Amino acid sequence: MDLQTLTYIVVGFTFALYIGIAFWARAGTTGEFYAAGRGVHPIANGMATAADWMSAASFISMAGLIAFNGYGASVFLMGWTGGYVLLALLLAPYLRKFGKFTVPEFIGDRYYSRTARIVAVICLILASVTYVIGQMKGIGVAFSRFLQIDYDTGLFIGMGIVFIYAVMGGMKGITYTQIAQYCVLIFAYTVPAIFISMNLTGNPVPQLGLGSTMADGSGTFMMDRLDQVVTDLGFKEYSTQVMGSKLNMFVYTLSLMIGTAGLPHVIIRFFTVPKVKDARSSAGWALVFIAILYTTAPAVGSMARLNLMNTIQVGDVGTVEGNLAYADRPQWFKNWEQTGLLKYEDKNGDGRIQYYNEKNAEFAAKAEAWGWKGNEMTKVDRDIMVLANPEIANLPNWVIALVVAGGLAAALSTAAGLLLAISSSISHDLLKGVFMPDISEKNELMAGRIAMAGAIGVAGYFGLHPPDFAAGTVAIAFGLAASSIFPVLMMGIFNKKVNRAGAIWGMSSGIGVTMLYVFQHKGIMFIPGTSFLGDMGANWFMGISPNAFGAVGALVNFAVAITVSKMTAPPPDHIQHLVEDIRVPKGAGAATDH
Amino acid sequence: MNKTAEQYWKANIRLVSILLVIWFICSFLFGIILVEPLNTIKIGGLGLGFWFAQNGSIYTFLVLIYVYAKRMNALDVEFDVHED
Repeated sequence: MDLQTLTYIVVGFTFALYIGIAFWARAGTTGEFYAAGRGVHPIANGMATAADWMSAASFISMAGLIAFNGYGASVFLMGWTGGYVLLALLLAPYLRKFGKFTVPEFIGDRYYSRTARIVAVICLILASVTYVIGQMKGIGVAFSRFLQIDYDTGLFIGMGIVFIYAVMGGMKGITYTQIAQYCVLIFAYTVPAIFISMNLTGNPVPQLGLGSTMADGSGTFMMDRLDQVVTDLGFKEYSTQVMGSKLNMFVYTLSLMIGTAGLPHVIIRFFTVPKVKDARSSAGWALVFIAILYTTAPAVGSMARLNLMNTIQVGDVGTVEGNLAYADRPQWFKNWEQTGLLKYEDKNGDGRIQYYNEKNAEFAAKAEAWGWKGNEMTKVDRDIMVLANPEIANLPNWVIALVVAGGLAAALSTAAGLLLAISSSISHDLLKGVFMPDISEKNELMAGRIAMAGAIGVAGYFGLHPPDFAAGTVAIAFGLAASSIFPVLMMGIFNKKVNRAGAIWGMSSGIGVTMLYVFQHKGIMFIPGTSFLGDMGANWFMGISPNAFGAVGALVNFAVAITVSKMTAPPPDHIQHLVEDIRVPKGAGAATDH
Repeated sequence: MNKTAEQYWKANIRLVSILLVIWFICSFLFGIILVEPLNTIKIGGLGLGFWFAQNGSIYTFLVLIYVYAKRMNALDVEFDVHED
């Protein structure tokens, strides 16, 4: 059976499964719509959280980032997992004890202020919408590439499928669908990794293969071989190359960690478990399921890089036969050339491929002596690494089809979770909480679904006309969540003295500083040409890249909130009692009544 | 806050502080700040600093959450603030 038919079958089957589950578990009450009726087991909840969390960025992009940034990409590995420690220790159990449905609801009650609640809703919507646009775009690209239709049609199909199961099912439907999606995506990620690790090192466990010797009998470690191969061609040594500077890596990691613990679609998960006890273990289970992918990723990235280099540099560097003849290039090379994500240009006209780091002056001089006229792989898009990996390693077609289904599962599950967070903040926090307190449960549910459909429309619109969003999207979403939501939640629990004014000023200044920094370097709303300081390292504050600035915004948030609180009246007694109450698990059952 | 609730909270803060110090050490300290000296120690083909940055820190995070959940559940019972 050819690859195309097989892809149709595998993707079609998984989608039928998701939609079937969404129908079976559709929501009847607002409780089920927002929080799955609190009837979800911690292991199931952890698996769903993992699917929710691991987006197209984790599944498709991250291994590519690792492949080309080596050690420097550790910021993503530590940042996107370490946040769960903060979540489990500092937020999850207390928010579950508090026992409401949404993050702004907690902020509104704790800071006894509708203004604080509205500010929180705005921060939440800004962070979630930016994130969901990136997902929609990923869905569009994935559908168009593998169903071989144009991008717009691919996006519309994706919007339709997200609409069906997110809008019909609500949280309950999403939770069960995401469990299925987790199984699909983790299977799709680990199977090729096991095959490749086996081929290269003879060790079937990718995490161990990373530190093993090559299977070719040379006794050389895989990592040493990789360092050798890349430095031979003038690239930076894989295992030591840093991203920016040490300070940048530090702040970047911190920013992603805090952002993880501040993203509403993740936090909302911990409202869906039966007990405070379960909220603690749920975060642990989520991290177990996430760690399976995240500890596999370094092996996938490094081995993909090694395979790629070995495919092109077939012999000794500097000899004519050392470079692959273009006419002999493998099938996967041709496939990806068609997408435009892999490009070759025969600069010296010898019909062979020279792939090296032309920016390394010392090496470029040597290359010139060999008659090389510049790097001929003019484009190697790092996002293709995970998708191309099984093809590069000559794995069977069903594995490739599975990877496609896995990528789609990752993108769809995250989009659905984010949409739920957006819809609940509009229908529950804005309508019921602020503007129409008397709204009936049925109408609130309806408003939630309309808000979700609206959000899909908005995200789809930006997906159709992307204002150069792709690169900045994920970064700003994390920065915004880190600088606004996390600090006020944490202070709300751990510092009884932080008051209404402190929270409002803290959130506004934190998110304000972050947005200003990102926009001044990346363009206002990412529109190129409007960035008044330019996207260049020289203008970065202490060498911190805009992607990493959320941590600084969070610090500003903490500092402003505490200072303002000291200068204004402390919170009233009943609020201080509320804080004392959420600190102990006892009595959580009663608080769930809505 | 009555006496036991206060003690419960203090015990909680102590536990969380210890765990967060380890959280910092295994990621920021071993994975970023001290990565070069640690890389001179090899486990298999990998430098120890590199291993912490790409694998070890994640395993440590898992243990931290596990210990936290277990210890807190025990504290809940000890101070009689557990759910029924």
